[in-house]
Amino acid sequence: MTEEIIIAGFGGQGVLSMGKILAYAALMDDLEVTWMPSYGPEQRGGTANVTVILSDSTISSPVLDTYDIAVILNQQSLDKFESHVKPGGMLIYDPSGIHHKPTRDDITVISVDAMTATIEMGNAKGYNMILLGALIKARPMVSIDAVLRGLKKALPERHHHLIPANEAALRRGMNLVVNE
Amino acid sequence: MNEEVRLMKGNEAIAHAAIRYGVDGYFGYPITPQSEVLETLEAEMPWETTGMVVLQAESEVASINMVYGGAATGKAVMTSSSSPGVSLMQEGISYIAAAELPALIVNVMRGGPGLGTIHPSQSDYFQATKGGGHGDYHLIVLAPATVQEMADFVGLGFDLAFKYRTPAMILADGIVGQMMEKVVLPPVRQRRTPEQITEQCPWAATGKSGRGHRNVVTSLELDSAIMEKNNERFQRTYAEIERNEVRFQSYYTDDCDYLIVAFGSVARICLKSIEEARKQGIKIGLIRPITLWPFPYEAIAEVAKQVKGILVVELNAGQMIEDVRLAVSHEMPVYHFGRMGGIVPNPLEVLNAFKSHFNN
Amino acid sequence: MNHDDIIKQGTKVYSRPRLMDDRNMHYCPGCSHGVVHKLVSEVLDEMGLENDAIGVAPVGCAVFAYHYIDIDWIEAAHGRAPAVATAAKRLNPERMVFTYQGDGDLAAIGTAETIHAANRGENIVIIFINNGIYGMTGGQMAPTTLEGMKTATTPYGRRVDLNGYPLNITPLLAQLPGTCYVTRQSVHTAATTRKCKNALKKAFKASMEGRGTAVVEVVGTCSSGWKMSPADANKWMEQHMFEAYPPGDLKDTL
Repeated sequence: MTEEIIIAGFGGQGVLSMGKILAYAALMDDLEVTWMPSYGPEQRGGTANVTVILSDSTISSPVLDTYDIAVILNQQSLDKFESHVKPGGMLIYDPSGIHHKPTRDDITVISVDAMTATIEMGNAKGYNMILLGALIKARPMVSIDAVLRGLKKALPERHHHLIPANEAALRRGMNLVVNE
Repeated sequence: MNEEVRLMKGNEAIAHAAIRYGVDGYFGYPITPQSEVLETLEAEMPWETTGMVVLQAESEVASINMVYGGAATGKAVMTSSSSPGVSLMQEGISYIAAAELPALIVNVMRGGPGLGTIHPSQSDYFQATKGGGHGDYHLIVLAPATVQEMADFVGLGFDLAFKYRTPAMILADGIVGQMMEKVVLPPVRQRRTPEQITEQCPWAATGKSGRGHRNVVTSLELDSAIMEKNNERFQRTYAEIERNEVRFQSYYTDDCDYLIVAFGSVARICLKSIEEARKQGIKIGLIRPITLWPFPYEAIAEVAKQVKGILVVELNAGQMIEDVRLAVSHEMPVYHFGRMGGIVPNPLEVLNAFKSHFNN
Repeated sequence: MNHDDIIKQGTKVYSRPRLMDDRNMHYCPGCSHGVVHKLVSEVLDEMGLENDAIGVAPVGCAVFAYHYIDIDWIEAAHGRAPAVATAAKRLNPERMVFTYQGDGDLAAIGTAETIHAANRGENIVIIFINNGIYGMTGGQMAPTTLEGMKTATTPYGRRVDLNGYPLNITPLLAQLPGTCYVTRQSVHTAATTRKCKNALKKAFKASMEGRGTAVVEVVGTCSSGWKMSPADANKWMEQHMFEAYPPGDLKDTL
């Protein structure tokens, strides 16, 4: 099993930390994992993306040209990465920031209205966890249990009180995806 | 706890490995993309546990001279920086080499020249492997491709530096510095006691205590006859390192018709290109030099006997290719594919570059 | 009459300090370095610091200090002695670490290292020989060269419009909270030499007690660079150097 994933959006949307929690979940499930951010000034409000690779064997390149899954949070990222999803791959996007919808018909396209769900939950910081929940439901590469253990590992002790809120967001995201 | 698998950035792995190796001192100055080394050390507060000294210096010039001062007293000391900062350190590195001091310097390369970019690059290959500062000297240069190697090469770098009394460098790039991967940190070692340091480093300026004669650490010798002898001694050391310490990794070289040579994280990008090429029936092998100095000339020459051509892939305008050409003595086509300015090619680009050179 | 006969005839009142090597110095006649070397040797011996001292030598005329004083030495790159000493002291806190630097080393190329080491309050002693000229490289302008003073690179005299003002760096160091003792001395008479020796003792003691950075500036002569006889150089120093760099304690928190 190898899953090559790009998560892309604006800096501040929690793109890098979403990738990080996914990477920690993979660690919990004894998978090999790489987490490669686009780093630098992008972190201050420009576009941000992170490549996460999960595999049950050794990972070669941390840099990719095509992806099994793209998680897309804004229009610029959709324009940039839609064509880089492998045929048969998956594109998950939040429609709230998207004016021109994805057009590929050789991939699975899933719309997850995470922004609306975030507002309903009243937890702005849960946005990326809603999307992560949707991702692991749509493509069960790691278990929710692994994600929760990963969260515990990734967060410093003083932030562990936030884990229940994050779990709620994760489960909300899972419920937003109905697998066939 | 020693065997615990952890997830961290390459830069963080360097900091944790340094504490666990029993490094005595770290002196550094912030610069992207390696600031996590100093940040992690400051957060870990090793002065409370191992007694390791961590100091944010006023400049890279001060940092490297602090390394010189610490190393002169026989301590295991290191610094880290990125390309522009490492340029500032070159004078100090030359002095460290000339004074025959063990030390570790980490360069997490970014794109240059000048202030350049904060994004990944390998354009300091010449600087690292051909001297960098003034005078005839070499550093032992280790090129990590994984976060695990970032951690492992701290100990390896110090072991080699102390064995040969010469500075070692970890030449990483922004990719392996910034990416997170699984890592098993090296076992915890005790810092050496003053007695152990005196025994291991009888030359160190630790105070005359118990010795009876003075130790002087210097790179100055105005008598040319003696200075030439000093240089001859350095060269004998370098020759010994070249005999003993060449390290590299080969992939798919048993049956390859072509060879790619790449170092650091770029080698991993190439490996994916090669796996794709093999699906298409093109047999490419890969040699990844782990020591950039001493360079694996013989290993490349050996594989070169069986291949039709070589592609050297680097994040620069063509630096390591000169050593690859030396290895094969221009007996075959040796091409270069590189991206500059912080651009990292993906596996497809590398494969396309290969095909454009070799008409596949 | 030989050396021993002279000693036999009376009481020995003076000898080469025990920690000073019996070899010819490369310093010029009248140079202040020899006197300061002697004082450092005496003070280290009298304070029992022979085995604990680590000296950091500069680039400049005192580059070979390690040839004359029998302790461990580290020869630093030009201007970097305070950085070198910082690490040597932090990694060996039980040792007595001092730098010995000239004006070019300390106040031109090494200004940043000097100020930052002092500002961190490193527990080191900085001995600063200020003779207003670059001796080793052949008499060029130093940061402390006085206005109007002729050097190889100011052949018509230092002009502030071209070369800037003489840099009076010691009061600057005295302002820093990291310094515990900052003093300016000279060694051109027996009385000032004795005072300078006491200042060095005080500085070394403060450093061993972890009180912060101690700075001992010694305003000295360079008769070769100034192109004067040693006697004239001493007079010229009193008349001109002391006007810009008056001797005395600038800070004493001890």
